[in-house]
Amino acid sequence: MKITLAISQINTRLGDPQVNLEKHLEYIKKARNSGADLIQFPELSLTGYVLQDLVPGVAMRPNASDPIFKHLLNASQEIDIVAGFVDEDQRSRFYISSAYLSRGEVVHVHHKVYLPTYGLFDEGRFFAWGDSIRAFPTRFGRVGMLICEDFWHASPPYLLWLDGADLLLFSSASPGRGLTTSPQLASARWVEHINQAYASLFTTFVSHVNRVGFEDGLHFWGGSTVFDPDGVLLAQAAYEEETLLLAELDLGQIHRTRARLPLLRDERTVLVSRELNRIAGKEE
Amino acid sequence: MNQIARNQPDLSIDPSLARRILTGFIKSELNRMGFSKAVIGLSGGLDSAVSCFLAAEALGAENVLAVRMPYKTSSQDSLDHAQLVIDQLGVQSLTIPISGMADALIEQFPDMNSMRKGNIMARTRMIVLYDQSATFQGLVIGTSNKTEILLGYSTIYGDSACAINPIGDLYKTQIRQLAKALLVPIAIQEKAPSADLWAGQTDEGELGFTYAEVDRLLYLLVDERYSAEDCVEAGFPRQFVDQVLEKIRRSQFKRVMPPIAKVSNRTVGYDFLYLRDWGT
Repeated sequence: MKITLAISQINTRLGDPQVNLEKHLEYIKKARNSGADLIQFPELSLTGYVLQDLVPGVAMRPNASDPIFKHLLNASQEIDIVAGFVDEDQRSRFYISSAYLSRGEVVHVHHKVYLPTYGLFDEGRFFAWGDSIRAFPTRFGRVGMLICEDFWHASPPYLLWLDGADLLLFSSASPGRGLTTSPQLASARWVEHINQAYASLFTTFVSHVNRVGFEDGLHFWGGSTVFDPDGVLLAQAAYEEETLLLAELDLGQIHRTRARLPLLRDERTVLVSRELNRIAGKEE
Repeated sequence: MNQIARNQPDLSIDPSLARRILTGFIKSELNRMGFSKAVIGLSGGLDSAVSCFLAAEALGAENVLAVRMPYKTSSQDSLDHAQLVIDQLGVQSLTIPISGMADALIEQFPDMNSMRKGNIMARTRMIVLYDQSATFQGLVIGTSNKTEILLGYSTIYGDSACAINPIGDLYKTQIRQLAKALLVPIAIQEKAPSADLWAGQTDEGELGFTYAEVDRLLYLLVDERYSAEDCVEAGFPRQFVDQVLEKIRRSQFKRVMPPIAKVSNRTVGYDFLYLRDWGT
């Protein structure tokens, strides 16, 4: 089975979901016209990133009665959509979130688990931590979603792999930092390395969409990537530029790679679980 | 151990990456604030030349107004070097002497020292630039580099005043590399940095150390988070390290907004938190 993945590497308007929705619908239409099966948007693509005190005002609930989501759900009749937003739960806790929409339904919502609150980041001040990491079924097989800092930690991609995800969809609003003699920023190089490493270690597809543009002095570098189960770079978007990147994923590559390299087959899940329990102090 | 190798730190940058990010920043942030034009005070020195080159590249030369603001003691070289930038880029330009404005205050205090005079000149230039900003419909682009921001080697509400600063995260050593890549006139690249407040003044003479030395130290202390002890062990004189740390500490007031006394539940500066790009 081959699927066409569209990576929507966009800039956003800070704190204006309506304007951002219009851009989403425009990119969804372009992707659909290009024959894409799935379109992926960056972290907080409907709201912008450094929200601070704007958080409560831009929070939404991902269902058909929400004025933003009703349009996205409608658009998802023809193409699967991953969009970034602020989820407000029933008890008014706010989460950095990604929703997977397909055929008019919300298939899965991931709440960002790791909120960077150090250096230039202050997410823990404004958002609640997510509390689960789950793969979920789609019409392309099991998929896992993570948001930025989630995949700076090794365990969330590992858990999704064990939970059956053969397509990892990562999204970021990653501010560039680390100017050296390299033609890439240090942060960009780091993110590309780990994405390639996850694809190689887990013999799985890893797609990463990063946003572009500026918010005050912060610069989002783009450079979205798609790696195949051999760790081969299938496609990469330009740095800094708004673009719609298309990548064809031959899902048969999972079969071929794992026939050669049965890392998943040989993974000692029960051993890992036993040792984790021991390390966490639950067992001797 | 936090051993610092002899060749560390290396402040080399890829100038084309810096150029791409900084021109993108100027264009994006001006546009987000509803502007497409910029105003820059051109001193004839390296920093304002680099800011001007970046602004011209980002916005188009016709959308940049370079303003020369000589005081009667300013050197002819400064004016000439600023003109080299204007001619090379083809930006719009104005020359507005500030002697009359500044002297109206200075002459009231015959015993005024050169620091006060220098501050008055810097703030007079700020008034001129913000006035041109209003009539040209362009925002004032900053020209302070990371070295002088950290050392506090600037006049608050004077040369540090601006709408956006594209070069404030680059040390002087790195600005030099960028200037070379931007093809800033050689005469400007090669001359000694100076505030040009009086004849023969140089930054390095006034500060007591060279930019090359202090940039290495600042990079270790600020960017790489080495301790003062680590830097002394690596060969920086103790007195130099202490002097620089003290300059950084004592100039913190120049790098933050004035604190507001908190009495309410929600106070500007503490818990009223929005980016400038709010809603754009």
